[in-house]
Amino acid sequence: MNAPSPASAWVLEHDCAESGLDAETVKASMLGRIREMRDSIRRGLSTDAPSITGMVGWNAKGLHDAPDVLNAPLLKRVQAYAMAVNEENARMGRIVAAPTAGSAGTIPGALIGVADHLGLSDEQLIMPMVLAAGIGQAISRQMFISGAAGGCQAEIGSSAAMAAAAVTELLGGSSRACVHAASMALMNTIGLVCDPVGGFVEVPCVSRNAFFAVHAVSSAQLALAGLESFIPPDEVVGAMAQVGRMMPLELRETAEGGLAQTPTGLAVTARMEGK
Amino acid sequence: MIGPVMIGPSSSHTAGACRIGLVARQLLRETPARASIGLHASFAKTGKGHGTLQAMVAGLLGFQPDDARLPNAFAEAEAAGLSFEFHDTDLGDVHPNSAQIELTGAGGERALLIASSTGGGVIEAIRVDGFRVGFSGASATLLTRYTDALGVIARVASLVAADHVNIAALVCSREKRGGAAMLCIELDGPLSPAALSFMSGWPEMDWVRMVRPIMDAGDTIGGGDVPVLAGTTA
Repeated sequence: MNAPSPASAWVLEHDCAESGLDAETVKASMLGRIREMRDSIRRGLSTDAPSITGMVGWNAKGLHDAPDVLNAPLLKRVQAYAMAVNEENARMGRIVAAPTAGSAGTIPGALIGVADHLGLSDEQLIMPMVLAAGIGQAISRQMFISGAAGGCQAEIGSSAAMAAAAVTELLGGSSRACVHAASMALMNTIGLVCDPVGGFVEVPCVSRNAFFAVHAVSSAQLALAGLESFIPPDEVVGAMAQVGRMMPLELRETAEGGLAQTPTGLAVTARMEGK
Repeated sequence: MIGPVMIGPSSSHTAGACRIGLVARQLLRETPARASIGLHASFAKTGKGHGTLQAMVAGLLGFQPDDARLPNAFAEAEAAGLSFEFHDTDLGDVHPNSAQIELTGAGGERALLIASSTGGGVIEAIRVDGFRVGFSGASATLLTRYTDALGVIARVASLVAADHVNIAALVCSREKRGGAAMLCIELDGPLSPAALSFMSGWPEMDWVRMVRPIMDAGDTIGGGDVPVLAGTTA
């Protein structure tokens, strides 16, 4: 398990050539980020302090401390880890953007969640994380990775695709399987709008990271079983970019549509403007 | 793409905003004393809830995106003698997360930066003092404002090469023939102080600035042109 796939080795080699850094330096930097992610998870699971607005803050700990009613410890762990990171983020805590802050919980939730479930070390996560970075970069060549430019699909879709590839590599999948895991995660996220309540990175962002961390693990499971994305990966990214361009401004982070414009959402906006 | 390590809640609105401030600060040789900051589109609409204002001020103070002082940047600015004001602005057809920073230094130096935060904490400087530029701050960037004349760009390029620094990308623009011009060169490493000082002495040079990288090594992993998806499925 965890022999570097050719894809992640290629990303590492390419990055070293581009940055002028040696492979050990890049890997050490990546290990540092994995540990930062762990710290965010630890802090997030140990507190129920409210966020800036008070809309979130207790979800990760609440789930973590709750009984495992489905007898599915992996599922519960992945969801709790993802929300822990995003609740830290919503408290203006310290997190690692992956690729954005609003989607920062997906990769740690999926990758560290699976690793802890299987008892794997942080060192074993380095090359999968390098691959995740490469997948993120490949996606960003065709589209902006921000909710303002492409809707939530651009953020959580990218993070889920990166996480799906990373989990697939961690579990011994081929390069092809990794890329198809990413592609399947992405094609099943197309169309998702960015409609944050009050414009804050809280609702639905915190729970969304829990959902899409699981989504990434699902993609990895499919890809590891040999399932593939019928539409080739690059075309899926192109399709998502096209949908992003067609998306109205109201549904791209401006809080002028969707959940942000519900009576409850508007009440939060009014309350926060008074502060 | 994995990174930056940052204070939440938004990579575009918080970390990116901080980095725009970090670039603006380096356009002055002196400590910034006054900042007038125009927020465009999404920065204006949702910036407040994302700590954009604090982050941008933090960057002007030289704080990194993961600096624990970022949420308290307004108080830090007061202590450091930096006054600032924010207003909404329309910068036209630019990325929705864009800002214009008009900066005045303690000794009266001025600089004007327009930059966009394009996602994941990545930024793109698009105008300096009204001139079209294009740099991300991922590597060291040389900026010079000069009077357009025959051979200036060639001389700058020769000097950079003589300093054993490679040029990654270059943008130049001018007001008019023989008028004010700007050269923006992204480098694979910083230029030596000797080369900078030598270049500053040329009669055509109005000012010369070296913008240090504002990204961490790990943030750019997977950077450059990486056709990963196509490359592994062919």
